[in-house]
Amino acid sequence: MFAGAGLLALLIALSLAAPLFSGDPQNMDPFKRLQPPSTELWLGSDNLGRDVFARTVFGARISLLVGLISAAGAAFGGLLIGVMAGYSRQFDNIVMRVMDGLMSIPTILLAIALVSLTGPGIGILIVAITVPQIPTVARLVRSVVLGVRERPYVEAAVCGGARLPKVLWRHILPSTIPPLMVQSANVCANAILIEAGLSFLGAGVPPMIPSWGNMIASSRLYLAIAPLTVFAPGICLAVTVLAINLLGDGLRDLFDPRSKRRR
Amino acid sequence: MTGPLLKVENLTKHYQLDRGFLRKSGPLVRAVEDVSFSVETGETLCIVGESGCGKSTVARLLMRIVEPTGGRVLVDGADITSLKRHELRPYRRRMQMVFQDPYSSLNPRLTAGQIITEPVENFEHLNRAERRALAADLLQKVGMSPEMMHRLPSEFSGGQRQRLGIARALALQPPLIIADEAVSALDVSVQAQILNLLMDLQQQLGIAFVFISHDLSVVEHIGHRVAVMYLGRIVELAPSEAFFAKPVHPYAEALIAAAPVPDPTRVRLQVPVEGEVPSPINPPTGCAFHPRCPLAVERCRVEVPRLVPMPDGRAAACHVRAPATDVTDQRGISVAGSSAFAIERQNLSIGIR
Repeated sequence: MFAGAGLLALLIALSLAAPLFSGDPQNMDPFKRLQPPSTELWLGSDNLGRDVFARTVFGARISLLVGLISAAGAAFGGLLIGVMAGYSRQFDNIVMRVMDGLMSIPTILLAIALVSLTGPGIGILIVAITVPQIPTVARLVRSVVLGVRERPYVEAAVCGGARLPKVLWRHILPSTIPPLMVQSANVCANAILIEAGLSFLGAGVPPMIPSWGNMIASSRLYLAIAPLTVFAPGICLAVTVLAINLLGDGLRDLFDPRSKRRR
Repeated sequence: MTGPLLKVENLTKHYQLDRGFLRKSGPLVRAVEDVSFSVETGETLCIVGESGCGKSTVARLLMRIVEPTGGRVLVDGADITSLKRHELRPYRRRMQMVFQDPYSSLNPRLTAGQIITEPVENFEHLNRAERRALAADLLQKVGMSPEMMHRLPSEFSGGQRQRLGIARALALQPPLIIADEAVSALDVSVQAQILNLLMDLQQQLGIAFVFISHDLSVVEHIGHRVAVMYLGRIVELAPSEAFFAKPVHPYAEALIAAAPVPDPTRVRLQVPVEGEVPSPINPPTGCAFHPRCPLAVERCRVEVPRLVPMPDGRAAACHVRAPATDVTDQRGISVAGSSAFAIERQNLSIGIR
């Protein structure tokens, strides 16, 4: 878990500090196309003569931004819907059917449809990635709430005269947090992969903004000549997702009372 | 105050079982059927019966954790069954519950102090000092040390947790506490401590208890009056001493005879009761006990016996032992409070079994 958290913190720090140590990711230089790594261009340049290192570092911003915001959004939306569905049967019947419907739409298709409606942009991309993740989170939260609300201590709280908001906030919500954290880490990793996939397909972030996905897409033809143009963003993508998954696994172990043997 | 503290009239709970995705209504479970009784200030009414006879459902109906199918529950003469959820809140101060399972009835994430002061904080705002003082006071009332208020439930033993459950029920100083198998999960020595604690609290604070148990020795120890339930109905309601001396209903007789007695020389009454408890989904016609009853006559198969008052303050629902002489339309009767039967309880120490 500490490895995951550490790696993630490092990535976030690097992406935030990017302007301090890397060149301009947008700057094209037709005379320096597909250069090998050098002291000036640490990871070489791509087919338009742009600095691969700078683009990779700035690309991390997009990936992390999309991942974190999507995870937060899906967690919040899922929590809200899940708690209400877990507590009100009427709401449950209606909303969970909607969620079932949403789950049956492939994420990539929904994203492409949304992007083609409004044109590419980071905002719409985040919405397109977040919305299909909400049902899984809502389902998880709902199942936890359904289990917890029948516990005698919740009945005891009601018998003690607690109002519904207090029962939810004090006795039911805390139980949903551990699985929610773990699920959010999953959502975050997923969102980063989906963003890369969408950008690769051209339905993601606008082409002038560097993202790992569109970097791989635009450089894949030159894999044989300048492999780093594909490998640099690809490896970063893999490492980021790995870091987040490690963090998620660590959180699960931390919250799972059965695995408290260590520490 | 006029009238009893708690009056229950014809309380009924049926559960409709689902039969699956075609939504055809499944069988009806008659968990509680036409139960009536009353509880006076400061007395202990025990409800006894086998597993599944509906005694815990009665407790949950009284607190309105589950909604009754029919009948009324009157607290201080006011019907609480017709109230909406939020209108119920004032009555929470009059009636509190001690739960059966001391492990699952305490929120594992809150400290002992938070748990036991929560009911009060639902009604009034407490500052830090007041909260600490209240927690310390409640802990002392149930014989625990005030320093324990910062601990989590997992740091307590079963008996201590049950004390916390009692402290929580005491927090609002209710005149009535419903204890649903409050000592069943504990071992015998701890049971005795808790029972004596409850009896002390009753003497000091004048609390009335509805004490639900399957353990007759516990009931004999603390009960002023005893109600015996069988398949959702009360079959006998009697002052404790009279009940244990000579039960009227054949089921009550069998129940007492079956209870283990720590005296090898005592001759056990042999009451033959055969078979199993019938299912409440499809209860027998007439008296629910007739298929197992050694005394059953033809009338028992046809007619449901009413709870008939008898001269010494008891009431029983049995065509043979307590035949109804008058025909009134009063279906369930409620026996007057036990102030007349203020029985001097034997102060038994540990070893009540």
